[in-house]
Amino acid sequence: MDPLIRLEGVSKHFDGQERPAIGALSVALEAGRINGLVGPDGAGKTTLIRLMAGLLAPSAGKIRVAGLDPVAAPSELRRVVAYMPQRFGLYEDLTVLENLNLYADIRGVVGAERRSRFDELLAFTDLTSFTGRLAGRLSGGMKQKLGLACALLKVPKLLLLDEPSVGVDPISRRELWKMAADLVSQGIAVVWSTAYLDEAERCDEVLLLNAGQVLFAGPPGRLTGELAGRSYLVHGLGGSRRAVLERALALPSVIDGQIQGASLRLVVADGAMPPSPVELEAPSDATVVATEARFEDAFIARLGQRVRPHSPYAERPAVGAAGGPTVVAEKLTKRFGAFTAADDISFSISGGEIFGLLGPNGAGKSTTFKMMCGLLKPSAGHATVAGYDLLRAAAQARARIGYMAQKFSLYGDLSVRQNLNFFAGIYGLGKRRATVVGRMVEAFGLDPYLDSDAGRLPLGFKQRLALACATMHDPTVLFLDEPTSGVDPLTRREFWGHINALVGRGVTVVVTTHFMDEAEYCDRIALVYHGRIIAEGSPDALKASARAPSRPEPTLEDAFIALVEGQEAAE
Amino acid sequence: MFWERIKTLVVKELWAVWRDPKSRTMLIVPPMIQLVLFSFAATLEVKNVQIAVLNRDIGGHSVELVQRIAGSKDLVKGVHLLHGDREAGDALAAQDVLMVVRFPPDFSRAIDGGKPTEIELMLDGRRSNAAQILEGYVTDIISQYAAELPGRPGRGQPLLAPRAFFNPNLESSWSTVPSLTAILTMLVGLVVTGLSVARERELGTFEQLLVSPAWPGEIILGKTVPGLLIGIAEGSLIIGFAHFVFGVPLTGSVPLLYLGMAVYLAAVIGVGLFISSLVATQQQAMLGAFTFVAPAILLSGFATPIANMPDWLQTITVINPARYFLVIIKGVFLKDMPAGEVLGQIWPMAVIALFTLSASSWLFRRRLQ
Repeated sequence: MDPLIRLEGVSKHFDGQERPAIGALSVALEAGRINGLVGPDGAGKTTLIRLMAGLLAPSAGKIRVAGLDPVAAPSELRRVVAYMPQRFGLYEDLTVLENLNLYADIRGVVGAERRSRFDELLAFTDLTSFTGRLAGRLSGGMKQKLGLACALLKVPKLLLLDEPSVGVDPISRRELWKMAADLVSQGIAVVWSTAYLDEAERCDEVLLLNAGQVLFAGPPGRLTGELAGRSYLVHGLGGSRRAVLERALALPSVIDGQIQGASLRLVVADGAMPPSPVELEAPSDATVVATEARFEDAFIARLGQRVRPHSPYAERPAVGAAGGPTVVAEKLTKRFGAFTAADDISFSISGGEIFGLLGPNGAGKSTTFKMMCGLLKPSAGHATVAGYDLLRAAAQARARIGYMAQKFSLYGDLSVRQNLNFFAGIYGLGKRRATVVGRMVEAFGLDPYLDSDAGRLPLGFKQRLALACATMHDPTVLFLDEPTSGVDPLTRREFWGHINALVGRGVTVVVTTHFMDEAEYCDRIALVYHGRIIAEGSPDALKASARAPSRPEPTLEDAFIALVEGQEAAE
Repeated sequence: MFWERIKTLVVKELWAVWRDPKSRTMLIVPPMIQLVLFSFAATLEVKNVQIAVLNRDIGGHSVELVQRIAGSKDLVKGVHLLHGDREAGDALAAQDVLMVVRFPPDFSRAIDGGKPTEIELMLDGRRSNAAQILEGYVTDIISQYAAELPGRPGRGQPLLAPRAFFNPNLESSWSTVPSLTAILTMLVGLVVTGLSVARERELGTFEQLLVSPAWPGEIILGKTVPGLLIGIAEGSLIIGFAHFVFGVPLTGSVPLLYLGMAVYLAAVIGVGLFISSLVATQQQAMLGAFTFVAPAILLSGFATPIANMPDWLQTITVINPARYFLVIIKGVFLKDMPAGEVLGQIWPMAVIALFTLSASSWLFRRRLQ
C-alpha cells in the first residue's frame, strides 16, 4: 500500500537565510500511527508541517499527501487533512460554542451532522461543561483541546499538530496524548511535532530533525536501543552532585551528563566502561548503576557533540551568602477581585539552592513567581530577597536580582554590544562597565557577534547573551522563567552548566517551569495548585511520594500528576 | 546612579527607534508625506476652478464681464460656454463646474438703457466653502464693473482696498506649513512613547526593565526624554522646511518657539504614556493614538477656526495643547509675538503637561500591581 505521506528530496529555502529550513528530505509516513516530528526550535518542524498542509510550496522535491499534491490540489487536500497550527485561531472573545459554530460554518458542517459532531467532540475534549465560557478565559490546555475540536469538525484522514504541548501543563499534555491515541485507533493518521524529546518515546514513529536535516527516522525504540548499556545513574552523591557532574563531563569516556534529582545521569561513549565513583571523586557510598536509555541520550549521541563542561562563572568570587535564607516568602497572598490567585504561600530558600515552582496552568505559580521578583505587589504577606523587603526596599532588592524570561527578553534591534552596555548601565555598573562587558564577551565567546542584532543571533548565542545580561551585576538571586523551553539539548546542557556553576558560588536560583527536565535540576520543588503549595520537597522525595505498585519507578511527571489528582480528589 | 541609568535608558531608546527599520520608517516617511500633502494639497484657497457661462445676451457688457472673471489671477482655470438651461444643470450636477453664470437675453440692452437687470449665479452647494469664496469674488468683479459704468450712482464712491497684515499676499502656505509643526510633533511624541512601551511589552523587555533597580519614575523619564528629543528634531526639520523652502518669514523669538515646543511635547508625551499604560499591544497603542490625534487636530484650529465652533465645543478646546501651540507657532513665525503673549499660551500647556505626565505615571505605577 502507498504510504499516506511521501516526501521525495523535499527542500525549502527561505530568502535571506543561509541554510535551508529543510534540506533534501525523503521520508514516508504511514497511516494508523502517531508520527512524531521531533527536534529543537529551528529544526524545521513547522516548515515541514506547513509543506504537508500545502501552506508552503517546496523549493525542490515532490510531496504527496493522501495521493494529492498539496500545492496543486489545495481544496481536495483540505477535505482530508486537518491542521492545527501552534496558535490555533481561536476567537478569544467568543465562547467555546461560538468558536465551534464559526468553524462548523466555515467547514460546512450543518444540521444534524453538526449537532452529533459537537456532542462527540465536546465529550471527547471534556469541554461539555464549558461551552458558555469565553475562549480567552480557558487555560492553555483547554485552549489546545478546543483548537483540536475545531480542527476535527470534519473527520480527516490526516491530522497535523504543530507543537500542541507547548505551554500546556503535564496533566493536559497527558490528556492530549490520550486523545491523539484515540484518533489513531479510529484510523486517523496523526503527525505530532514537539521540541520535548521525552515526547518522542510516546510516538509510534519518529522523524528526528536537527537544523533541517533528518538525524533519525523510525520507531523511537530503535534509536534508544542503539544506546543500550550506555546510560548510567550515579546515586548517593548528596550535595556534591553538581561538582561531580563537572568532573564526569571532563572524562573522555562520558559523552553526556545531566542532573536528575539527587542523582546524575551519564551516557558513556560506545564501548566505554562506566566511570567508577573513585574516578568521579564521589563520596565513598556512591553507586553507579545501569539504567534504561532515553530518547534524549540517543539524540545527544547521534549529534556527536559534547558540551564544554567549564563555565566562566566558576571562577567568579563567591556571593557573600550570610548563611541564612536569601529568598523568603511569608504568607504571600494575591487577590484579583474575588479570585485568589495565590493563597498564603510561604517558603524560604538558602544561598546556593535551586528552587522550582511547578504547577498546572492557572494554579498560581506565575503569580507567586512574579511577586517574588517584584513584578506584582502582593495583597498580603511579604517577599524578601537578600534581606531586603521587595516593597519597602524595592531598589536595593532589585539590584540583587537577576531575571531571565522564557523568550530571552533582549532588545532584538540592538546589537549585542548595545544590549550588554544597556544592562550594565541600568544596573549602575559605572566605571566597571567596560571591564564587566569585556569579561562577559570573552567568557561567552560573543566577540564575533558584537555588532550583530541580538534578534538575529543563533539561538544558543541568544541564550548566552540573555544570561550574560541577567548576571552582569553578580546577582545574589537569579529568577528563571522556563529558561530552556524548546531549546536544543546541547544549548540546554550548556545553560544548566552555567547555572550549576553559579549555584556553586552561592547564588540562589528560582525557576518556574512546565518542563520536567528543568525541574530535575532543582534541589527543592514547591508544587502549586489552586493558589496553594500542595507539596514541597526534593524531586526524589516527590517521586517517592507517588510510588505505587503499578508505578514502581515514577517519573517527576508521574509524581506531578499523582499529587495534583490526589489534591483534586481531596477537595 | 540616577544619571547613569537615565542616560542608559535614553541611549537605548534612541538606538531602538533608529535601528528598528519599521519605527525608523515611521518617523521619517509619514511626516515627509504629510509635509508635502499638507503644504500643497490641503490648501484652503480656491484656485483652479472650472466655471460655465450661459450667455443669452448678444451685447458687449456680458462678454466684458466674462473676460474679467476668466482673467482673474489663478482663480478660474477654464470657462465653458453653454447653450441651454439643461446643460447648466447637468454641468453642475456632474461637478464639471463649480458655478454657472447666466446672463438674460436683454442684459446689455438694459444696461445701456439704464434699466435694472440681473445676473444669475448658479453655485454647487455641495462644495459650499469654495462656492462661497467664488461667489464673493465674482460679486466683487460685478459690482466693480457696475461702478465703472457711466452715469451710475456708484461712480465716485470710495472703493475698498483690503490689505492683509502679517501675510500681505494671503499665502495659505504661510499659515499651514508652520502649523504642521504642531501636528507632526504630536504624532512623533505619541509614536515614540506610546508605541515603544507597547513594543517592549510585546518583546518581554518591559518586565526585564521592571525587575531592574530602575524605579518607575526613571523608566518614565527614560521614555519621555527620547520622545522630547526626537520630537524637537522633527519639529526643527519642519520649521526649517517652512522657512527655507516655503520662504515663510520667521519674525519672532526662536528660543521662545522652542520653549513652547518643549512644553507642548511634554503634554503630548504624557498622553502617549497614558495610552501606553492602558494597552498591551502596539496595535492597541496605534488605535489609542489615533483616537486622540483626530479630535486633537480638529479642535486645534488648524483647519477650522476655533471661533467658528459652538460655545460648548470651544470650551472643550481649552484642554487641547495643540490649540495653544498653534497660536505660538503662527505668532512667532508671522507677527513677532511678544514674550508675554507667548508665555500666556505656554502656561496652559504647562498645566496640561503636568496633568498628563503625573496621571500617566500614576497609572503606570498602578498597573504594575
